[in-house]
Amino acid sequence: MNHYEVLAPELVLLGLAFALVTLELLFPQLRKDLVAYLTAASAIGVLVASAFFANRSDSFKDLIQLDNYTTFFRILFLGTAALLAIASAHLVRDKLSNAGEYYGLLLLGVIGATYMAAASELLTAYIALELLNFTLYVLVSFDRKDPRSGEAGLKYILLSAFASALLLFGISFIFGVTGTTSYAGIRHALEAGIGEYRGTLVVGLVLLLTGLGFKVAAVPFHMWTPDAYEGAPLPVTAYISIVAKAAGFALFLRLFSQAFMPVISDWRWMVALLAALTMVFGNLIALQQVNIKRLLAYSSISQVGYMLIAIAALSHDSATALLLHLGGYAITNLAAFIAIIAFYNATGGEEIRDFRGLAERHAGLAMTLTIALFSLAGMPLFAGFMTKFILFQAAAQHGLLWLSAFGVVTSMISLYYYLMVIRQMYVLKPRDGDGRLRVPLLTSAVLVVLALGIFFVGIWPTPLFRAAASATRLLF
Amino acid sequence: MSGGYLLLATILVPLAAAGLLVVTPQRFPNVVRAIALAAAATMFALSVWVFVAFQTGSGGYQLTLRWDWIQNVGILGAHGISVYLGVDGIAAPLVLLTGIVILAGTFVSLKIDRRNKDFFILLFVLVAGVFGTFTALDMFVFFFFYEVAVLPMYLLIGVWGSTRKEYGAMKLTMMLVGSSALIFIGIFAVFTEAGRGTFDLPTLWGIHYSPAFQKTFFPFFMIGCGVLAGLWPFHMWSPDGHMSAPTAVSMLHAGVLMKLGAFGIIRLGIQLLPEGAKFWMPALVVLATINAAYGAIAALSQRDFKLMTGYSSVSHMGYVLMGLATLNVVGINGAVLQMFSHGVMTALFFLCIGALYDQAHTREIPAFSGIAQKMPLWAGFFVLAGMASFGLPGLSGFVAEFNIFVGLFRTYPVLGGIAVFVAAITAAYVLRMFAIAFFGELNPRWASLKEISVAESIGAVMLCGAIFFMGLWPSPFVERIATAVTHLPGVTG
Repeated sequence: MNHYEVLAPELVLLGLAFALVTLELLFPQLRKDLVAYLTAASAIGVLVASAFFANRSDSFKDLIQLDNYTTFFRILFLGTAALLAIASAHLVRDKLSNAGEYYGLLLLGVIGATYMAAASELLTAYIALELLNFTLYVLVSFDRKDPRSGEAGLKYILLSAFASALLLFGISFIFGVTGTTSYAGIRHALEAGIGEYRGTLVVGLVLLLTGLGFKVAAVPFHMWTPDAYEGAPLPVTAYISIVAKAAGFALFLRLFSQAFMPVISDWRWMVALLAALTMVFGNLIALQQVNIKRLLAYSSISQVGYMLIAIAALSHDSATALLLHLGGYAITNLAAFIAIIAFYNATGGEEIRDFRGLAERHAGLAMTLTIALFSLAGMPLFAGFMTKFILFQAAAQHGLLWLSAFGVVTSMISLYYYLMVIRQMYVLKPRDGDGRLRVPLLTSAVLVVLALGIFFVGIWPTPLFRAAASATRLLF
Repeated sequence: MSGGYLLLATILVPLAAAGLLVVTPQRFPNVVRAIALAAAATMFALSVWVFVAFQTGSGGYQLTLRWDWIQNVGILGAHGISVYLGVDGIAAPLVLLTGIVILAGTFVSLKIDRRNKDFFILLFVLVAGVFGTFTALDMFVFFFFYEVAVLPMYLLIGVWGSTRKEYGAMKLTMMLVGSSALIFIGIFAVFTEAGRGTFDLPTLWGIHYSPAFQKTFFPFFMIGCGVLAGLWPFHMWSPDGHMSAPTAVSMLHAGVLMKLGAFGIIRLGIQLLPEGAKFWMPALVVLATINAAYGAIAALSQRDFKLMTGYSSVSHMGYVLMGLATLNVVGINGAVLQMFSHGVMTALFFLCIGALYDQAHTREIPAFSGIAQKMPLWAGFFVLAGMASFGLPGLSGFVAEFNIFVGLFRTYPVLGGIAVFVAAITAAYVLRMFAIAFFGELNPRWASLKEISVAESIGAVMLCGAIFFMGLWPSPFVERIATAVTHLPGVTG
């Protein structure tokens, strides 16, 4: 029996994405921020509807797996897309053209991202990945008036295509060794033993890890990130750093826990090495940034390092911790980016020194950004402390205390560069002539909700923690 | 027993006050002051209540309260993380200390004009962290609040401080946060080694860890917490941080926050890893002796009131660490007494210095002369604090230092001799300061100095009261502390 209903949420989403594009063609006079709110409403509608899939487990021809894991990520992606659509409203209306396509692509990217989490077969996973990537190529270069945007898009396409090639090459090695591309099939083949082909498998794994390393921006494969982040329109930067990153890890986690668990000793050290390099270099390079987008780019790279710890310590505990961390990271980063978008809309500044005296120009904005940055640095009361603590403890529990120690020390270093932003906002006084800022009511409301969300996860993470635990239960 | 809600209230009152202040408009600074004062008075009342409600006869952990917070999910088993609060005879006086210092600090801070709302929000978050750490009986909760207490420091110093404030703020924050990385790692190791899936401290204290494990991980806690306690050679944040911090923050930081470090060494070091403690204490006592001697000698040569007091704090915290390192009852008793005594005394120091600086806008000791004539009351408070700091009988410092010296002579007689000598140096720098700045001819430049304000006097009187109380009638303190110290593992009679 074919469970076509498993595909329903994404098919609906696809329809909505095309409807948004057509809407603008049919009614070119339509207010552009209305399209944004329509997008957010569609995303939230599908989100609510897909909540009915909770605790259901089905598969479409062993290609697409519907389980709590898929549902967890679908809700995460749709929620993020909805909030980013709202946050884009003013920016897209004032600075970009082709609003319909912009919002359509946002939803299309969610389909790719969700299928990356849902795929239980290598080629399906690859196609989902490319779907997400292609929407991102367009979105990154969406600002036609800014040459940095086009440049960023070009760099992103070139490096990402290279990574895709490596990924495909790796997949072909794996297929050669195991004779299948299905995750379950690979696991069976590896459990049965592969004898003399172990060397070939390791080469395949190295290629696969390199490809995935590019996609999630792990050091030393991170070079595209700062340029893409800086050049892309701000909401797209947020989209890459939350949706694309979480989707990369969703694929990574399902693939390695369902397919490659039997040969964990062959790849654990590679992932641990990537994690250590990523944490150290991500944080050290972030220290020198002067542009807020580049700062967040390197900050997100270092976050990738923490997340890789969970893959290196792969187990139900660490997978749960990873999902918890991703949830907290999404809320925190949304708060940070939406605050920065609001600031950018009001002032046009995106250098760190432009934030000078923000506490006196708009207290709420400064406070939200401070909460988000402290959370990213892993300070208590905020989500970052709780989720990182659980993540590092889970890794220590599974024999990687030294890697957790790397995580702890580097996240203490990260506090320095977050404090440099906070210093601009609170310690320094505004420049002469810098008056109070105006933030739209809806944005303020979204920011308040997100700030409360950061406190909520930081103080009472149990609901999210349980959701993460039930999402990862079937992986092992 | 409902007494546990008392401890919960000590944490929730400052947090609730901070929450209330967030929604109070900045254009009503007097409303902000009223809320802050009411909240601080409540905290003081609660802390006195906790101290009095502690039954000296029965010992152990009292006023306990336990709520499961996160359990049976992921790495956490039953009672994984629980809000488990309780005080023993060591924590009870420290809770009282926190209550006294925050109320005095709030009185002093009433005169802050610039963004006073933000100031009090951060100050109360800090205090909530301090209360939480002193009362926590869950390792996660302990560390959570420990970090909460450090979190607001950067902004408090950076925005409202003086003299190289950005440098001082950043140095302090990075050193304290960096040192907590060690505690972090130690906690991961202990949780994993115990393998019970819980952060419950009494459970973890009850487990016998292998000697090799204890010896490996004790230094993580000793140095991690030691940095906050001003342990040499990691004390560098302390003089700079105290110099640049605003008055109330210096008071809280030197008075209370540094005690968190020493308290952490007891809770996570001595109680969790007693064999590790036994192995490493000789190293700690040597470092602590250097602390005491170095701090005192450095204080001797300072020209800035606050820097001098900062180094004096380093020196006095050296006594606390020396007392802890003796691992005998008298010495540790003395250490805990000294934590309280130094807390109130150094808070009084910083209060007086702040009162002077706000008028004179300089803290150069040699720039002053004969100011006792213009500010007799102020000088009286200051002299009292100074007397307590070199251990004049009848004041709190005497009781504390006497116990530490007795404890030291039992275990490390030579270092005990050095400690007594350091007390003499302390007398030298304190008296020298009095001689230069307070007495003699009045420098006409200071003819316009006014007496200490009423609000500041109230704070100072409270602190003086505590100094006299402990100096003249130490038994309420000693009884409480002794019940706890005699039950510490590995402590000899």
